Amino acid sequence: MKLVFEKSRPGRRAGRIPRPAELSPPTVPGELRRERPARLPELPEVELVRHFTELTSRNFGIDTGFYPLGSCTMKYNPRVNERVAALPGFRDLHPHQDEDGAQGALELMHDLQEILAEVTGLHAVSLQPAAGSQGELTGLMLMRAYFADRGESEQRRSVVVADTAHGTNPASVTMGGYELRKVSTDARGNIDLDDLRSKVDDSTAGLMLTNPSTLGLFDENIEEISKLFHDAGALLYYDGANLNAVCGISRPGDMGFDIVHINLHKTFSQPHGGGGPGGGPIAVREHLEPFLPVPAVVRDGDRFRLDYDRPKSIGKVRAFTGPFGVFVRSYAFILAWGRELRGMSEDAVLNANYLLARLKHAYDLPFDRLCMHEFVLSGRKLKREHGVTTFDVAKRLMDYGFHPPTVYFPLVVPEALMIEPTETETKETLDAFAEAMLAIAREAAEEPETVKSAPHSRAVGRLDEVKAAKRAIVRYRFEEHPDLSGEPVAPAQAEAPKGV
Amino acid sequence: MTYAALTDADREAMLDTIGVSSIDELFRDIPAGVRLDRPLDLGEPLTEQEIVERLEELAARNVHAGEELSFVGAGVYDHYVPAVVDYILQRGEFLTAYTPYQPELSQGVLQAIFEYQTVVCELTGMDVSNASGYDGTTVAADACYVAKHATGRSKIVLAETVNPQVRQVVRTYAPGFGMEVVDVPHRDGVTDPEEFRAAAEGAACAIFQQPNFFGCLEPAPQLAAAANDAEALAVAHVDPISLGVLEAPGNYGCAIAIGEGQSAGNPLSFGGPHYGFIAAREEFTRRMPGRIVGETTDVHGQRGYVLTLQTREQHIRREKATSNITTNQTLLALGGLIYLCWLGPEGLREVGETCMALAEHAKERLDLPLLFPEQATFKEFAVRVGRQALDAIRDARTHGVNPGYPLGRDYPEMDDAILVAVTERRTIDDIDRLVEALGE
Amino acid sequence: MAAAESYPDDLLYHREHDWARVEDGEAVLGITWYAQDALGELVHFEPPEAGASVAKDGIYGEVESVKAVSDLVSPLSGEVVEVNQKIVDAPETVNDDPYGEGWLVRIRLSDPSEADGLLNLEAYKALLAEQ
Repeated sequence: MKLVFEKSRPGRRAGRIPRPAELSPPTVPGELRRERPARLPELPEVELVRHFTELTSRNFGIDTGFYPLGSCTMKYNPRVNERVAALPGFRDLHPHQDEDGAQGALELMHDLQEILAEVTGLHAVSLQPAAGSQGELTGLMLMRAYFADRGESEQRRSVVVADTAHGTNPASVTMGGYELRKVSTDARGNIDLDDLRSKVDDSTAGLMLTNPSTLGLFDENIEEISKLFHDAGALLYYDGANLNAVCGISRPGDMGFDIVHINLHKTFSQPHGGGGPGGGPIAVREHLEPFLPVPAVVRDGDRFRLDYDRPKSIGKVRAFTGPFGVFVRSYAFILAWGRELRGMSEDAVLNANYLLARLKHAYDLPFDRLCMHEFVLSGRKLKREHGVTTFDVAKRLMDYGFHPPTVYFPLVVPEALMIEPTETETKETLDAFAEAMLAIAREAAEEPETVKSAPHSRAVGRLDEVKAAKRAIVRYRFEEHPDLSGEPVAPAQAEAPKGV
Repeated sequence: MTYAALTDADREAMLDTIGVSSIDELFRDIPAGVRLDRPLDLGEPLTEQEIVERLEELAARNVHAGEELSFVGAGVYDHYVPAVVDYILQRGEFLTAYTPYQPELSQGVLQAIFEYQTVVCELTGMDVSNASGYDGTTVAADACYVAKHATGRSKIVLAETVNPQVRQVVRTYAPGFGMEVVDVPHRDGVTDPEEFRAAAEGAACAIFQQPNFFGCLEPAPQLAAAANDAEALAVAHVDPISLGVLEAPGNYGCAIAIGEGQSAGNPLSFGGPHYGFIAAREEFTRRMPGRIVGETTDVHGQRGYVLTLQTREQHIRREKATSNITTNQTLLALGGLIYLCWLGPEGLREVGETCMALAEHAKERLDLPLLFPEQATFKEFAVRVGRQALDAIRDARTHGVNPGYPLGRDYPEMDDAILVAVTERRTIDDIDRLVEALGE
Repeated sequence: MAAAESYPDDLLYHREHDWARVEDGEAVLGITWYAQDALGELVHFEPPEAGASVAKDGIYGEVESVKAVSDLVSPLSGEVVEVNQKIVDAPETVNDDPYGEGWLVRIRLSDPSEADGLLNLEAYKALLAEQ
């Protein structure tokens, strides 16, 4: 379809701006004045709405269908959360409003902090980080500040990360100024303890771990792992990407973790918006609280205020107190579950194990255990026997009306398919997905070309990523389309609408 | 259990298929010592109706922009957000999608991001934009990381006239990057190019803001030239709403343009979520942080879009990635795209001109000394109220007018100054009320 | 057009799937068929600068496909005297012809005796058999 720039014609417009007639036009100093206007598109509002509506028709969301993207926790995003986030008292509240004029917002944040402290089993929470990866980096900054305060910053140089970790973990380690030490996975899918022991000593600052791991497995040796790090004087960081498995069942603080980030856009249902926004609050043990970002949201009797007086704080990691609109949605989501939040994780784990049971005979299962909220299959056999790759299976699932799982991750499993159904799906949906996966496995044997050329039913076929990377066209090339200078062009052929 | 989808009968049948006798058995891999043996200490589950009541009650205890005539800006601004933005962003196909890893199911978001990248490049005069950063503070840290790797240097130069929150965030990030920060003080509200050049000697990058935190127009072309002289990357932090009237950073020699996108298409929302933007000259493409969408074709030769140049990113390059960012602010950035398309080039110029004209009018009507009388300003300016600014603000608010931001909060020597922001949403009558309220 | 699997017997191999062709105190370096096959079609070559010194087992550059990045490991020590500009412009040449047109850099050796420590064809094939 056309780009919005290709629908533009000079002189058209949607929005109008008040122009107080009695004011004289402003004068901009000559060399600071814009010479050539930005080539923003010019369209009437109806064309604008149709353009973006057509784009939505070429996109797939949770509202469209089942979206079992592993480690992304694509659960239903309740509409009421959108309604409450749009209340004028939240949406139109200026972040520099003084504390008296923001008591409701501050109370909400304080409540959310207390809820997250309870869920994680830790002492203090900062809501400030903008997303999980920023929560990770903030956690590493806390480690730095903590060890500097103890006079150990020269000594503590390395952070241990599992080979099953999301790429954000090693990337955060580098950005936080630490050296990476990788630890491998054992035959049961736990951290290899022998390898781990060789990598922890008094130069270790900490561990970053996702538990359950990206394999969907709970590390059975977590108590021993915690002890190993604490005995070495190091800290444990919990990557909360998979917290949806354990709410009310097992708390990171009780597992021995000192710092945790929570992905509000996963476990607590902030819609992911095609890539963001997210929220990455962090929770810490008492001895790390002085280092949390400023300002802290604190309670004085029945009043709430922002506390900047934290001399040991690492500082600020983003503007203001964090992505407030995300807090409103997640808070509303948690209120719905309340003390029954455990039921959320129970159903998430039940749904995952049910799908696993239905699929494990048709695909390879690298670790034959019960899973937590997600599981990883391998398409190795399909590839070896029929030349059908996991990539092909993913594309074929689209023809059955499903979003594919996460593929080729974690890296330790070849041809990986990482499936996370979440708790908000019905048994009928899970059955339909299982049937589709089983049908594709049969197709791989009987008519592999159908699978290898999928998808067949979408707005576009397989896209050439090599060409994209080589050409690196990352913005519209106006210069290659001189016909858009205002001359009308011949009307395009009407395109029949296609499904996404 | 408002959002549960299974019935007890479903659960029984599913446990049977799995081959376990109870839900508890599913958790048998969790050692007993780390299991929670009590219910979470949270409230009773609420129905939707009760949730709305609770949230309405909290929202009612905030004084929002519709209840008080506000001239508060200082980084986040009360510009008009048109209805089409809200409408499109609430479409579930955008709202409830994940990052577009599967392009055949995500052409809508991918094309929209490509259009957003184009708009950001057009506004800033740059060649490449990513799909967004967290906000206007973190993109400054991103720019420093780009500059460190591009130059092999470790000094960051920051004009003191850059938004204090941006400066604080850069300071928080710098030690992990192995970088140090040097401030350049303001001279009468703006940055002196000579001082900027001297500080930029040996620096990876030199960051200034246009218009700056005080609302003043910096000698931006000279500042960029000063940074370039010292072979530091010139980084401009700009307000998108100003770029219909003010020159684009790419057109006066900057290497990187960054900014807070909120003023273009996002509500105030008590500080977030908003979107940060970062755009650069082509030579920095492979050092850019985060997602980038590129054009390609499908197997039938049709044009289409994919996430591209992903080898920069954490999921492939891991510890050597150009950034750890994954989740970004796509939905808010799309709000920015829709808003800017709604405005068009004329509208963008007009909104800038209206803000500027109203701000000039307010300056004239207020019978108060300007803090920096020599400087031209855009939509924001600082006045001295002849007493503690906090007292003047408190008194004005008793008249239902919030006159602005107390500069003393960040610059203690300016404790008698208020930073007044005037957007196109304010009227001449509103300015009359401001004059009255500050005159009391 | 991707090349068929082959491993010439006039090359010396490094266990990280890099090769060297040694001649007159210089060596031409590249990556093996196995390496390019594992990476997929190359889309980028980040070369060293001419004049840069490289150490045996050290990293002298990077190649990228769409989904992966690989460090280029130098089998030998020396100074870069030439970068194959053709690969900078058309990195897929490595996939087409990994041992001919697809060479990456030419270095002047600082210690030609290091070549004794590299794998011959037989030893490299044995290594591949373990993969």
